Amino acid sequence: MSATINQDSVYQVDSLIAEDIDAYLDRHQHKSLLRFITCGSVDDGKSTLIGRLLYDSKMIFEDQLAALEADSKKVGTQGQEIDFALLVDGLAAEREQGITIDVAYRFFATDKRKFIVADTPGHEQYTRNMVTGASTADLAVILIDARKGVLVQTRRHSYLAHLIGIKNIVLAVNKMDLVGYDQKVFDAIVADYTEFANSIGIKSFVPMPISGFKGDNITGPSENTPWYTGPALMEHLETVPLDVSTDQEKPFRLPVQWVNRPNLDFRGFAGLISAGTVKPGQAVRVLPSGKTSSVTRIVTLDGDLEEAVAGQSVTLTFADEIDCSRGDVISVSDNPPEVSDQFEATIVWMDEAEMLPGRPYWLKLATQTVTATIQAPKYQVNVNTMEHLAAKTLDLNAIGVANFATDKPIVFEPYEANRQLGGFILIDKITNATVGAGMIHFSLRRAQNVHWQATDISREKHASLKNQKPAVLWFTGLSGAGKSTIANLVEKKLVRMNRHTFLLDGDNVRHGLNKDLGFTDADRIENIRRVGEVAKLMTDAGLIVLTAFISPFRQERQLVRDMMAPGEFIEVHIDTSLDEAEKRDVKGLYKKARAGELKNFTGIDSPYEAPEAPEIRIDTSKMSADEAAQHIVDILIGEG
Amino acid sequence: MSNRTLTHLERLESESIHIFREVIANAEKPVMLYSVGKDSAVMLHLARKAFYPSPPPFPLLHVDTTWKFKAMYEMRDRMAKEAGMDLLVYQNPEAKERGINPFDHGPLHTDMWKTEGLKQALDLYGFDVAFGGARRDEEKSRAKERVFSFRSANHRWDPKNQRPELWNLYNARKAKGESIRVFPISNWTELDIWQYIHLNDIPIVPLYFSAKRPTVERDGLLLMVDDERFPLKPGEEPVMRSIRFRTLGCYPLTGAVESEAATLPEVIQEMLLTTTSERQGRAIDKDAGDASMEKKKQEGYF
Repeated sequence: MSATINQDSVYQVDSLIAEDIDAYLDRHQHKSLLRFITCGSVDDGKSTLIGRLLYDSKMIFEDQLAALEADSKKVGTQGQEIDFALLVDGLAAEREQGITIDVAYRFFATDKRKFIVADTPGHEQYTRNMVTGASTADLAVILIDARKGVLVQTRRHSYLAHLIGIKNIVLAVNKMDLVGYDQKVFDAIVADYTEFANSIGIKSFVPMPISGFKGDNITGPSENTPWYTGPALMEHLETVPLDVSTDQEKPFRLPVQWVNRPNLDFRGFAGLISAGTVKPGQAVRVLPSGKTSSVTRIVTLDGDLEEAVAGQSVTLTFADEIDCSRGDVISVSDNPPEVSDQFEATIVWMDEAEMLPGRPYWLKLATQTVTATIQAPKYQVNVNTMEHLAAKTLDLNAIGVANFATDKPIVFEPYEANRQLGGFILIDKITNATVGAGMIHFSLRRAQNVHWQATDISREKHASLKNQKPAVLWFTGLSGAGKSTIANLVEKKLVRMNRHTFLLDGDNVRHGLNKDLGFTDADRIENIRRVGEVAKLMTDAGLIVLTAFISPFRQERQLVRDMMAPGEFIEVHIDTSLDEAEKRDVKGLYKKARAGELKNFTGIDSPYEAPEAPEIRIDTSKMSADEAAQHIVDILIGEG
Repeated sequence: MSNRTLTHLERLESESIHIFREVIANAEKPVMLYSVGKDSAVMLHLARKAFYPSPPPFPLLHVDTTWKFKAMYEMRDRMAKEAGMDLLVYQNPEAKERGINPFDHGPLHTDMWKTEGLKQALDLYGFDVAFGGARRDEEKSRAKERVFSFRSANHRWDPKNQRPELWNLYNARKAKGESIRVFPISNWTELDIWQYIHLNDIPIVPLYFSAKRPTVERDGLLLMVDDERFPLKPGEEPVMRSIRFRTLGCYPLTGAVESEAATLPEVIQEMLLTTTSERQGRAIDKDAGDASMEKKKQEGYF
């Protein structure tokens, strides 16, 4: 523990400045940095406390003090005395209202530490601001008015501080001067708070009796509270352990921000180390690819480093040329973070427009940006009572728990283990507003959580009732090749033979199931995937399915083939040349496409990839439609 | 394993470098506003660190008023060259044509050369992100400004409608026409800046150090007669005084302090022992009472 700080020590530092500036600078270069937040209700004296800290650490200049004295008389709320709050309340509109309404950052320093204070408001509608201020804090000062004790707001602030993962909590019982520095009042409040803190999982906190206005127990022990033997606020702030130091003990993680390629000989991966330490020679793994290599150099402008630790921004080079780009996470090789596309998270909603389950939002986590959809919340938390409530959505400042799905797997860790890899923001795709903040609990593995429902009537039973072998006759070919015509004839012939069939026609499906899809490559792929899934369900029902789709891409036809039971997928290539199809042009589409009125038309400005080894190939220049249909039926029935 | 405690300067440096890299990963056409002062000097040094061994992948933009100190122009050209970066200098043609100057035009000088000049330059080159060297400890309205601060298509700042910034996640998505001002040294204080300059031997304009310079006293400000454009009143004679500057801007608007501090530690010593705040030497904040900076910022001043 350091020596007790008292008002005199501030002046000792000053004397060192005058006597030996180099010694002073040397000492100050070795200060550490603590970020903390102050939370309290409107009248608990937050701004006054911060103003007091600035004042006592000599951060206020004479001109500011003169302005402050003048302001105190004009708009102050403390009568003729100095209103420290005016130092802190920044924007003009707020000063008129006499309240703080946004997050403001303030700075002061002692000879041990530099401090950044987030001043966050106490109003219920500003949960968003407190969560924002708390997200970068190592410590929270929860202010209580000694006259009022533990209020609903106190509980809310404590819950939020705990939710955002702040481990160091100071319970500052303020305005002790107004209760005659009565120990009984203090003890009763501490007992009350202890019970509540335990109930929400806060393991420890440091209570202290203070007066921001009068300065008791701020920089040193107060004569007014001889019964209090704990640290003064400033002393505690100077000595509390920092998160960034404990982060060094965790497994190494570096989210890649930027790949540095000044020339062909140098390829460096730049980022901020979020946990652990790294040295040249260390084996690393790049996620999500899982590729491994080892670190060769830690490059900085001041020369290569022997070691780098959590909190430093560095550039690493690897021994091997492996793929690594922005969004990837470089990790220690034997203990990598998780990769998943589904997880459960707590979410704080921060936008006027309510959360929409199912709508795609941008999700930014570390340096990864993906599309995410949120399921309906499992529950919402009442931040005043901590009760779980049923909820269909979340409104501004609401907090809830929900499952998330991302369009591609992301690299993450539970928020509890790593704030940088477990905390994310959600961004509205239209307004670009930051609409939510989330903290990941754990991943949900799809295979573990979406189970197949077993049914008693098997696909074999369905098929045997119909006395047939299910199959998919997949007609593919250019527009106008004759797919629909021939498929239609095949179905008629099969029905005459008492076969149970169904014809899925390209045009018809686009009127319903797939009416949301256009003709871009992505849409064509999705079109085929859906038709494949429907065809598969129909074969499960025992049907012989005929499909007539251009289905121009080999990959998608392969995808559908892979869905089906072996032998049930029969690819039928209706092979008509482009010249012939264009000459027929039954629907007038080729003419339109040639005129540029139709985009992405297969054969014209979009490719057709002919099957390399179809089960059946029909050369329409060599046989009529009816002959072709009979040929197909013969093969099918012959096989079945 | 014993943990290594990062110093506050190492933490601040790392945060600033992280911000630079996030911008580069998202921006289409970024630029750094370079005003040649000590904050710009630190910002430039941090940018070089962020991208080393590459040079910073953006140009420097100096929105010039033609009324800066001579020593600033020299330093500007030297530093751009040393960093291997392009230097763009913009002077508002209308202000030039109308001969707008700080002696005759008062607040209009700042408005036309700096505020309008900046908007014109950003529009002309189509920059979507501009780095600025503002610090939150400088002024009350800046204490609440985000690191990524959005401007509408006509460059206005809306303090009531700022995006929350959580953890070190910055939302850099913007609508068409919007631009972003990014402040990588938001969390640095004046003392941090000086210490960092000292620790890293960063070159700064010699005007920060005391020397005998020709001066006249006007409205309580000690002004330096930097060139022949300074209109002397009848009978007024420049007096040689040992002076230095705590901030640098247009020379007719920047008050000097009498000082003997000729080395960096002496300058820091003087700063720590002084009892008036940094911006007092600048006439600009006093225009319209207390909320003047907030008003200027809403109108597009950096």
